[in-house]
Amino acid sequence: MKVLIVGGGKTLYFLCRTFLAKGHEVTVINRDSEECVRVSRRLKVTVVHGDGSDPAILEESGAHGADAIVAVTPNDQDNLAICQLAGLQFEVPRALALVNDPDNEEIFKSLGVTSFSTTPAIVSMIEQRTALDEITSLIPAGEGRVNITEVVLSADSPVVGKALRELALPVDSLIAVVLRDGRAVVPRGGTKLGAGDRIVLITLPENHGPVLRAVTGESS
Amino acid sequence: MSSNLYVVIVGCGRLGSYLANALSGKGHSVVAIDIDDRAFANLSAAYSGFRVEGDATELAVLREAKMDKADLVIATTHEDNVNLMVAQVAKKAFSVPRVLARVFDPRREAVYRRLGIETICPTSVAADLFLRSVGRQAREGEA
Repeated sequence: MKVLIVGGGKTLYFLCRTFLAKGHEVTVINRDSEECVRVSRRLKVTVVHGDGSDPAILEESGAHGADAIVAVTPNDQDNLAICQLAGLQFEVPRALALVNDPDNEEIFKSLGVTSFSTTPAIVSMIEQRTALDEITSLIPAGEGRVNITEVVLSADSPVVGKALRELALPVDSLIAVVLRDGRAVVPRGGTKLGAGDRIVLITLPENHGPVLRAVTGESS
Repeated sequence: MSSNLYVVIVGCGRLGSYLANALSGKGHSVVAIDIDDRAFANLSAAYSGFRVEGDATELAVLREAKMDKADLVIATTHEDNVNLMVAQVAKKAFSVPRVLARVFDPRREAVYRRLGIETICPTSVAADLFLRSVGRQAREGEA
């Protein structure tokens, strides 16, 4: 895959490294000439110095033949312009923009640009970490309307020893996966839960707290 | 549109403040937004509108300026991408009936026309006037 990445800093560096490790061809666009030199010395990427929202710079970077573009500059307006230009003028099939203001995620979507924001994930992680130690991760999905949570079941959890069909979990929640002895199982009604099982829960923000309490038995 | 318009002007530099002063003077309700409150010094003593200090690419700032009530939004900051984003947000998220954006780069103007944004490009406008003036001189030379 041929990937264009517009941005700088550590985000850019590690994105490049990951794409390269997977065998993709990477071109970097950056406004800062010193950073361009640094990146080109450390990574096997093509580096173009300039403004990624300038059509001439995108053209020079080979936007016409690119499979994807990722815009991770610190400015939402630039990331939007880059992705729109790449799609409209250069027909890049996949464009992804970083949004710094989480409110912009919804707006970018209505403008036809796929975006991601790191803010809600960080906030959820902090909130959940402080509430319960067994919760190892939490990812919001579907613009924050769905939560995906991993929970380790302790021996005193009220659901341990019970089959899924016996559980009275709140509506709109699901135990999607059970991880046991290094294996992932998609459970059925007859699957029994055991202490030490790691379960992946799908919840909605509205019922997230009650579902967690039902599986852990803790009141928070 | 009614005779008294609610106008949001984004960017209160030379162009933005000129428009804000002129539209306020004509009796329209004006809100000027700028990221730097020193820009409001460009507003005249007679300016009777509001001032909102903040980054117009932040949705909360546009809400504070009551953009949902606007009849007209004019984006005049010195950054093309800010103007283009504000214009699109005004249309899509706030359903503002008329939105104008200043765009310096004529190559970007073409793309955003395709997105249905009314843009004014000072570079093209000035070039046009220059060429017309040159054309007049050439015709006078022929006569």
